[in-house]
Amino acid sequence: MANLTLKNVGKTYAGGAQAAVSGVNIDIADGEFIVLVGPSGCGKSTLLRMVAGLETISEGEIHIGDRLVNQLDPAERDIAMVFQNYALYPHMTVRDNMAYGLKNRGESKAVIAERVAEAARMLELGPYLDRKPRALSGGQRQRVAMGRAIVRQPAAFLFDEPLSNLDAKLRVSMRMEIRKLQKRLGTTSLYVTHDQLEAMTLADRLVVLNGGRIEQIGAPLDIYRRPASTFVASFIGAPAMSLLDAVVTDGAVMLDGHPLGPVGRAAGPVTLGLRAEDLRLAPAGVPMVVEHVEELGAQRIVHGSIGGQSLAVIDTGDQRVSGAVHVAIDPARLHLFDTATGRRLENAHQRQPEAVL
Amino acid sequence: MTDTSLRTAASHRSLLDRLRAWHSAETPNPAKRVQFDAPLTPWLFLLPQLAVVVVFFYWPSVQAVTSSFYLEDPFGFGATFVGTDNYADALQSSQYASTALFTAFFCLVVTALSLGLGLLLAVKADKVIRGASSYKTLLISVYAIAPPVAGLIGMMIFDLHIGPLTDLAAFFGYDLQVGINYWDTAIALITISVWKQIPYNFIFFLSGLQSVPVSVREAALIDARSGWRRFRDVTLPLLAPTAFFLLVINITYAMFDTFPIIDVVVKDKPANNPITLVYKVYLDGFKGNDIGGSSAQSVILMVVVAALTVLQFRFLERRVHYG
Ligand SMILES: Nc1ncnc2c1ncn2[C@@H]1O[C@H](COP(=O)(O)OP(=O)(O)OP(=O)(O)O)[C@@H](O)[C@H]1O
Ligand SMILES: [Mg+2]
Repeated sequence: MANLTLKNVGKTYAGGAQAAVSGVNIDIADGEFIVLVGPSGCGKSTLLRMVAGLETISEGEIHIGDRLVNQLDPAERDIAMVFQNYALYPHMTVRDNMAYGLKNRGESKAVIAERVAEAARMLELGPYLDRKPRALSGGQRQRVAMGRAIVRQPAAFLFDEPLSNLDAKLRVSMRMEIRKLQKRLGTTSLYVTHDQLEAMTLADRLVVLNGGRIEQIGAPLDIYRRPASTFVASFIGAPAMSLLDAVVTDGAVMLDGHPLGPVGRAAGPVTLGLRAEDLRLAPAGVPMVVEHVEELGAQRIVHGSIGGQSLAVIDTGDQRVSGAVHVAIDPARLHLFDTATGRRLENAHQRQPEAVL
Repeated sequence: MTDTSLRTAASHRSLLDRLRAWHSAETPNPAKRVQFDAPLTPWLFLLPQLAVVVVFFYWPSVQAVTSSFYLEDPFGFGATFVGTDNYADALQSSQYASTALFTAFFCLVVTALSLGLGLLLAVKADKVIRGASSYKTLLISVYAIAPPVAGLIGMMIFDLHIGPLTDLAAFFGYDLQVGINYWDTAIALITISVWKQIPYNFIFFLSGLQSVPVSVREAALIDARSGWRRFRDVTLPLLAPTAFFLLVINITYAMFDTFPIIDVVVKDKPANNPITLVYKVYLDGFKGNDIGGSSAQSVILMVVVAALTVLQFRFLERRVHYG
């Protein structure tokens, strides 16, 4: 167990036109669960693999504990990695898969047996210890991969989309299990995913990457409530935040000529961010044309447009929705972004997020 | 003659299967029967394959088995039935025994060396595989050389008068006499045979190596510091199916396909040179005109090869991990 420090880390692949990762600074406290999230190709895996030692570090420094690991072999870094496709050794039994790393580190037979037994108990792998990976289901393989990481008792766990090959239901249960295990073991973890729901539920802190750079770091709820840019805003939260062109006139934000509420900003165009869950259908408000409705059971997502700009509204009522409706929003829940840069504009009237419980 | 044993086994089985399938299609399944309303059609399709099998394998092997029981007049005036005399002669001859011994030794060394070197080169090539296509092509191109040509090239390299290897040996004070000295000839035979076979093994080992999933190798990279351990514990076991396949192929190669090489190296050489059993079959039959004895020897060879094949599949395949 250790803290993990990335200082100005960058990576340019040989032959790559531009840097896959650049200027990444993250300080990870001992025991923290950090999730790297971002769209495909944004450099999440690259960053993780640099920490693991599977990819050389072009720039900057990576410290695990108090050791600079830039030049160390993966096996010397005291990390364990869980791969997307599990990467189990197909010719070894589950037991040997877990024991292999320990054997190579020269642990005694007794220690190995004890750790494997402990991991098998935690992950309920007991009945499968003598099977080969091909005789296991996807979920069981996933557990073995976890077990292989756990037995090493490493300074840090590295996960590269470990759940993306599982079906939706299993993904949810494994997600919780990973979180519980990590809490219990208290091992610093770096977890890569492009699933924002996974990111939100697992992370102590989220790192949102865009084009190899950090877009925002923060607790999931902070990021959800105050996305630092339109990129983060549209990436975190489902359905995605609707981003619309609006103008500020006389201290109020106007959408399609209708005032939505006061904002403490100078007049001019802004990008307005509206979360579907903050909007509601109301007797009076901004008129919206309904385009289609996604019925989800507990709620429905109403897709429509205001002045030709599309947006989504979550509705929990049970009236039929169609044609022309009106939507309303609490002015404190408006998100404003600079139209040119996409950066967040602080809204003086916005409610400050309350402390996370 | 070369890899007939393997080929026969395969065609034999497929023929039986096809017959069985045809038969079962006729009786219990009326829906399928419609397809065979002209019962001759499937046979028509089978005919070319059957003809090849019969003409090139069954007929010669039946001939070989029959003539192994006869003593044929060298001038072609009839044959006398001699029972198992030809077999007894072959098996009791000390020359046969020494040839058999050399064949075993030759097979072992050629197989071991060409597998070992092929693997070594494949591992090295795999490390630098990007941009190393010239290296690959260079190695693989040897495979395109026909065995007699390989033999000729080898012969030139080992030539008593102009061979660079002979010169090299002389430089180190060794008088290399290929075609005259028994063991010097053996060394030349082995060297040429191994050289000829390495590219084949190289290609298969390389593709085997490249089919080891990258993430499995990376997992090993995290689990083991020593490259040798990773190779021994992870890469090699995953290569086992490839290696097993190559083992079968290489033994067959060493026993049969080295014939042209041996022919080029020892032909018209006066001395007592090492030869393999296959070459002896040819020598006794076509040079010595002892058709009966030569047939008996080739029947013995068939049995040995069949036994070897069964043995390999029985005992080795079980220890090989597949997929
Ligand atoms: N070996 C490589 N050589 C050259 N470029 C690479 C290599 N690996 C990745 N890249 C490039 O680096 C960038 C980041 O890739 P990376 O695999 O880190 O993305 P990612 O965020 O993990 O995406 P995904 O969610 O699809 O896994 C991409 O533009 C990719 O094309
Ligand atoms: Mg990735």
